[in-house]
Amino acid sequence: MSKNSLFSKKNKSLLTDPLDDNNPVTVQVLGICSALAITVQLKPAVVMALSVIFVMCVANVVVSLMRNFIPSRIRIIVQLVVIASLVIIVDEVLKAYVYDVSKELSVFVGLIITNCIIMGRLEAFALANSPWESFLDGLGNAFGYGWILIAVAFFRELLGAGTLYGYPVLEKLGVYELGYENNGMMILPPMALVTVGVIIWIQRMRNQKLIETN
Amino acid sequence: MNVNKNSYTIGFACVMVVFVAALLASMSIQLTPLQDRNIELEKKQNILQSVGVIVDRDESEKYYSQFIKEELVIDNNGEILDGSAFDIDLGDELKKDIKNQKLPLYISMLEDSSECYIIPLRGKGLWGPIWGYIALKEDINTVFGAVFAHKSETPGLGAEINQSFFQEPFRDKLIFDENNEFVSITVKKGGATEGSMHEVDGISGGTITSDGVTDMIKERVSRYIPYLEQNKLVEIDSTIITNLISQLNE
Repeated sequence: MSKNSLFSKKNKSLLTDPLDDNNPVTVQVLGICSALAITVQLKPAVVMALSVIFVMCVANVVVSLMRNFIPSRIRIIVQLVVIASLVIIVDEVLKAYVYDVSKELSVFVGLIITNCIIMGRLEAFALANSPWESFLDGLGNAFGYGWILIAVAFFRELLGAGTLYGYPVLEKLGVYELGYENNGMMILPPMALVTVGVIIWIQRMRNQKLIETN
Repeated sequence: MNVNKNSYTIGFACVMVVFVAALLASMSIQLTPLQDRNIELEKKQNILQSVGVIVDRDESEKYYSQFIKEELVIDNNGEILDGSAFDIDLGDELKKDIKNQKLPLYISMLEDSSECYIIPLRGKGLWGPIWGYIALKEDINTVFGAVFAHKSETPGLGAEINQSFFQEPFRDKLIFDENNEFVSITVKKGGATEGSMHEVDGISGGTITSDGVTDMIKERVSRYIPYLEQNKLVEIDSTIITNLISQLNE
């Protein structure tokens, strides 16, 4: 395989499509559950995004390598086993070597298994494509998921707690002295849904072809 | 090769299960000692934190032996039992009947050579266990410090109990009221009453976890009162005796 074909136009679109035109969260509306649960602060959102990137890429490649050997009747189970094993491995390694990060992640690690984006990509893409393409697809979709997560967390932490990554930005800017107050609503899950909604709205304003016509 | 034959499907499933089981089991065996060590160091770090000694996890071993003078195992009647307090798993103890529970207690010697009684806590949060340590000063009434941790509370809400803004207000609160009745410390939804010595602010959106902290402190600390009362009496006795002696000498 020449280097050209490694980053052919098709392969590039595998990586970039999920960031916008085919975003798993805002277009396919998958993975909303975790997007609500862990976007109160930036830090867990970033850690979650990184973990999903890892699990999604590896799971896609592993399933793609096995695609010709997997019996179609138990393929969903096989996919689940691959994802669950990877998640357990990640969790155990984190606990042993980077204990603080593992504490930060705590419940989210388990949530990765239930993230339907991962299984969706395995089923829809990795089962039918080569490992390299699957890797790019996994990377693209994980980034597509990750940036929405981080964008939502950015606004929720900033407006809800007045901090960014734990750093008291608004306090340093002195806006509290002008009578500003944190909006406690932003901390609560419903506002995550509203924030995702606003992102979808802005995205469709910019990208008209996403608007469905009946 | 026909991958959709029944025999192949069953064979594939068997091989997969055995392979994954072996992989995960060997990983777990390899990593468990490292994980246990992290947990042990963190426990020491938390105990130290409750008496205001903030150290890195890696250094907690050294400081632990320096500051923690005594580890005791007692029972609900205040009797001292045999055994190592550090190795007691409170999660297991809590499942037992209170009469059979072993209660670990740590006594620390601070830099000003005053003693602190550190009581390990464990209770229920919203999603899972919460735990912590509360350190009482020599008067067995004033809180010297408290530290809390949790397994799976909601980030940004209940999970905030491990933050210093939540833990700091416990300092200098009293667990007994003016009539010497045990009242514990309440985490109050909507904020503590101004000037109250027995209340601290709750966490907005984390009420169930906050209530869990309240219940945990009340339940756990009350178990130690028989032992602590004994010590309190001894303390008073010794001061009376020294006073008597000094009076006699005069």
